[in-house]
Amino acid sequence: MAEIIHMGGYGSYVWSAFGLTFVVLLATVWLTKRSLQQTRNRLTRRLRSASATEASS
Amino acid sequence: MPSVAYGRQLDAIFVLSMWNWFFKLGSPPHFYRIATRLEPWLMGGALVLLVIGAYGGLAMAPPDYLQGDGFRIIYVHVPSAFLSMFAYSVMAVASAIGLIWRMKLAFCVAAASAPAGAAFTFLALCTGAIWGEPIWGTWWAWDPRLTAELVLLFLFLGYMLLRQAMPETRQADRASGILAVVGVVNLPIIHYSVEWWNSIHQGPSLMKLETPSIDGDMLWPLLVMIVAYQLLFIGILFTSIRTQILLRERNTRWISDLLS
Amino acid sequence: MTPRQRRMAGVSVVVVGVAIAAVMVLQALQTNITYFFSPQQVVAGEVDVGQPFRLGGLVENGSFSRESGSLEARFIVTDNTQSKVTVAYSGVLPDLFKEGQGMVANGKLNEAGIFVADEVLAKHDENYMSPEVAKMLEEQGHPGGQTDTLAAEEGSAEAPGGS
Repeated sequence: MAEIIHMGGYGSYVWSAFGLTFVVLLATVWLTKRSLQQTRNRLTRRLRSASATEASS
Repeated sequence: MPSVAYGRQLDAIFVLSMWNWFFKLGSPPHFYRIATRLEPWLMGGALVLLVIGAYGGLAMAPPDYLQGDGFRIIYVHVPSAFLSMFAYSVMAVASAIGLIWRMKLAFCVAAASAPAGAAFTFLALCTGAIWGEPIWGTWWAWDPRLTAELVLLFLFLGYMLLRQAMPETRQADRASGILAVVGVVNLPIIHYSVEWWNSIHQGPSLMKLETPSIDGDMLWPLLVMIVAYQLLFIGILFTSIRTQILLRERNTRWISDLLS
Repeated sequence: MTPRQRRMAGVSVVVVGVAIAAVMVLQALQTNITYFFSPQQVVAGEVDVGQPFRLGGLVENGSFSRESGSLEARFIVTDNTQSKVTVAYSGVLPDLFKEGQGMVANGKLNEAGIFVADEVLAKHDENYMSPEVAKMLEEQGHPGGQTDTLAAEEGSAEAPGGS
């Protein structure tokens, strides 16, 4: 276990490369999903207000 | 011969149904539905393969005879670099199809692949720097390969900025599409830079015609990682394409049906 | 021509045009893009004394020496044409710096024809293998180290001493 963390002296390099990759990939997935959700919400709201004005007129 | 005629008829039906399938795939509502259904499988598959590949690369592969455990950065560096170029190819081909055939979905694909491509390029540059620092003795060099990859990052960022600067979608699609198509010359430069010029970056271990110059025990986690990255990219791409479709089709009937 | 064919031609012309322009620019910048010069180029007098440049090649086996008590190291850099350049460097060498391995050094030639380096980087090739496999290959007479990446520059991809 200690060997895997230490990585023959390259531990900080190897783990920071894997860590950075993990963070950036996760952030990309999250941002993409959030953007879809936001777009959906915005369009749904727009649709509701449009049908509301249609109904009131 | 009646059986031959029957066979021909089947052939014709097959070709027609294939054509129909392609045609339907190009229609936004159909693609939206397929993408929604496939997405969890792509993301799930990517996650499983990422865990297997990372475990294989970090724990199972033997250390390199020269670089010791430092070489394990290859398992995140090479897939990122590969996918950065793959994402750009997707963006450029989709842009060309969009420009020539005026296909709405193609522009959706092009616009959707840019952010993921930029992320992969950023990762390729950063993990390369982290790898270069202990092994080469420098985290950055103005070397042809490294510089061309940096140009790729600027192409992705430029593409996204250009789209943002243009409020009208049709105009943004055309202008950014031309940029994407023009930038495609950078791809062979990235790939062949290490062969055309003296470079500190070593040649390709994988992307060549000969057998890979990397041991089998070290190779399989790398291949697993590349497949995982591919699935992840397609997953992100599908999500992003759905956003693009929603934005472009927001005034259509099927979108209002979908959202209400 | 239909409008679609016209657009197709337009896209093709743009791509081909940019590609040609890129090739021409890259040709013009040939030497500037080259990250380092090989010993052969240096011996042939392609660089002037005092002009800063990068030198790349293989560290010759048995050529490395260091004065005891000083950081000043001396070694010979060679390539597959057997051209040799002596390098003097005082400073810390990267982990991968070894005799028989590739390196790239930043510096300039002095009057005596010695390359005085102020930075030395290690260059490795694209072969990755476990220590066991490397040992096995060495026993079979294939040097496990740098073979053809630097040598390939001169058009011969044969591994020196590989047979």
